[in-house]
Amino acid sequence: MAAPCVSCCRGLSYRLFLGLRVNFAQTQGYWQTLPVDAQTAPESQILRLIHTTVVTTKKNVSASGRDSYTEDFIKKQIEEFNIGKRHLANMMGEDPETFTQEDIDRAIAYLFPSGLFEKRARPIMKHPEQIFPKQRAIQWGEDGRPFHFLFYTGKQSYYSLMHDTYGKLLQLEKHNDPFPQKTESMNLIGSRWLIKEELEEMLVEKLSDQDYMQFIRLLEKLLTLQYGPAEEEFIQRFRRSVTIQSQKQLIEPLQYDEQGMAFSTSEGRRKSARAEAVVYERGSGKIRVNGIDYLQYFPITQDREQLMFPFHYLDRLGKHDVICTVSGGGRSAQGLLTSDPRVRERKKPGQEGARRKFTWKKR
Amino acid sequence: MAPFASVLPRLLCAGVRPSFLHKAAPGPALQSRRTLGRAPAPEVSEPEDRDDLQSKLLELPLQQPDFFNIKELFSMKTLFDARVHLGHKAGCRHRFMEPYIFGCRLDQDIIDLEQTVRHLQLALNFTAHVAYRKGIILFVSRNRQFTHLIENTARDCGEYAHTRYFKGGLLTNAPLLFGPTVRLPDLIIFLHTLNNVFEPHVAVRDAAKMNIPTVGIVDTNCNPCLITYPVPGNDDSPPAVHLFCRLFQITINRAKEKRRQMEALYRLQGPQGAEGSGTGDTSSRADSSCSS
Repeated sequence: MAAPCVSCCRGLSYRLFLGLRVNFAQTQGYWQTLPVDAQTAPESQILRLIHTTVVTTKKNVSASGRDSYTEDFIKKQIEEFNIGKRHLANMMGEDPETFTQEDIDRAIAYLFPSGLFEKRARPIMKHPEQIFPKQRAIQWGEDGRPFHFLFYTGKQSYYSLMHDTYGKLLQLEKHNDPFPQKTESMNLIGSRWLIKEELEEMLVEKLSDQDYMQFIRLLEKLLTLQYGPAEEEFIQRFRRSVTIQSQKQLIEPLQYDEQGMAFSTSEGRRKSARAEAVVYERGSGKIRVNGIDYLQYFPITQDREQLMFPFHYLDRLGKHDVICTVSGGGRSAQGLLTSDPRVRERKKPGQEGARRKFTWKKR
Repeated sequence: MAPFASVLPRLLCAGVRPSFLHKAAPGPALQSRRTLGRAPAPEVSEPEDRDDLQSKLLELPLQQPDFFNIKELFSMKTLFDARVHLGHKAGCRHRFMEPYIFGCRLDQDIIDLEQTVRHLQLALNFTAHVAYRKGIILFVSRNRQFTHLIENTARDCGEYAHTRYFKGGLLTNAPLLFGPTVRLPDLIIFLHTLNNVFEPHVAVRDAAKMNIPTVGIVDTNCNPCLITYPVPGNDDSPPAVHLFCRLFQITINRAKEKRRQMEALYRLQGPQGAEGSGTGDTSSRADSSCSS
């Protein structure tokens, strides 16, 4: 008997039949009777009229649904990753036991050199936890009862978080009721609240901007009360450390010249001008550029103001001497020390300048 | 008890997973009374003794008017002390609440506590039966003052709460929102029927559409129409809301405890047979009679 031929077109449902060869005609229609081949083998049984329902789905449902990876799939991926890691270590001649993620990255960069600019498009080999997005397991048990008591709200993790935070707030308010004091909170400096994307990733749920703002407001309110170490730890879960920009800059130690006077050297550039400046500790506010007094080197007042600005900001106008050498560039580029990355944008064909287009004529 | 009887088969026929609920023992007797067709409960063939036990388990509470002894939980005095009789001003009065209002004093409506006691007993009895049959109970409210309390109450009972923004098709479009095999609540309890703009909560209408029975505390400015078991009472004072939460929590816990006891009793008596079940009945009746 020929096996029934099955069509894979989406939404086609059929009732299984036994041992008959059938030719399918795939046309759009609601009810369709299939022509059954009458010349079948003598031992073939009942000729049945087969009805097929062609359900035309309007919605564009993707083949795999919403990316849902089963637990088994993820486990298999993790096993494959570990085996692949060992193979890679052997290939590179390293010890498979002590092969870290950085080693993997270096090995992949060596074996698959890529000239692509987008870093995320280059070949990567990372643990499946970092590649596959975090999924939510099925939320209810065998009897159909959901596990979480806020399941029917739709955003159970977010609302449960709000519930817990509010509970902590009430508890603290109860303790603080007689005398609301506030201890200093130095731990907030150098850290920032989670951003919305990080919170979404933490809760594995979509949030709206208002939800996020509401949560941050609640946490801020919590901060105004006096809290203990447990609440401290709870709040720290939602803070991320931020590099303090001022600490990033290297401040070179002062150098001392022959007379024992401290001075400091620095370099800067703008466009194609290069400058080097030496600032002395004690002085009377004299500035010499390339051996010439700045009053003569920069006849324009604006350039001199730019030079004097840092001293003016620190109220040390007449206290330091500066000797600098500058080369290249033009009048206004030579005035500045902090790097200004702006350079002249090139003119493009089809336009009059870098941005200006030709006059548009309607006809 | 008419609305209660008509609602039971819904629990049996609603395609709920556990096999014991597929049993249609009380079903056909009640279905014959109503004309409009409901889907008949699927007949599943199971071993005979298990059938018997399950049917006894489910039928026994229905044979007594107050199986869970709800009457002892509260009296009119407790309601009065919790300020349940205080309604809104006469200008806020809803037309359909007039039967439940005792009178008006200094322009403030007073709710008739005798009616409240009757309605509350019916509502608590129904809740207890739903909890006994392992139904899902959802507490709904949109009053921000009591959100935390209601969520705590629900969590302590082992049931569910929804005191947040109610998304559009939550009940009517649940398979799309949650998943194809989601189970909807079997009872919705409204502690506040109105939402934050003093309009009827969407869930009242949606529950009626999805054939989900509702219990609701209706104040003098609420519409009691679509609620299966309305309980006229104050929903704004903290003592009143605390009292209602406590009452619901106690009934649900009591019903679940009773269920565990009955199951344990029948499991013990399973191997012993009929005489064991006979003694079991009398002992449970003795329990309920001496506690009442």
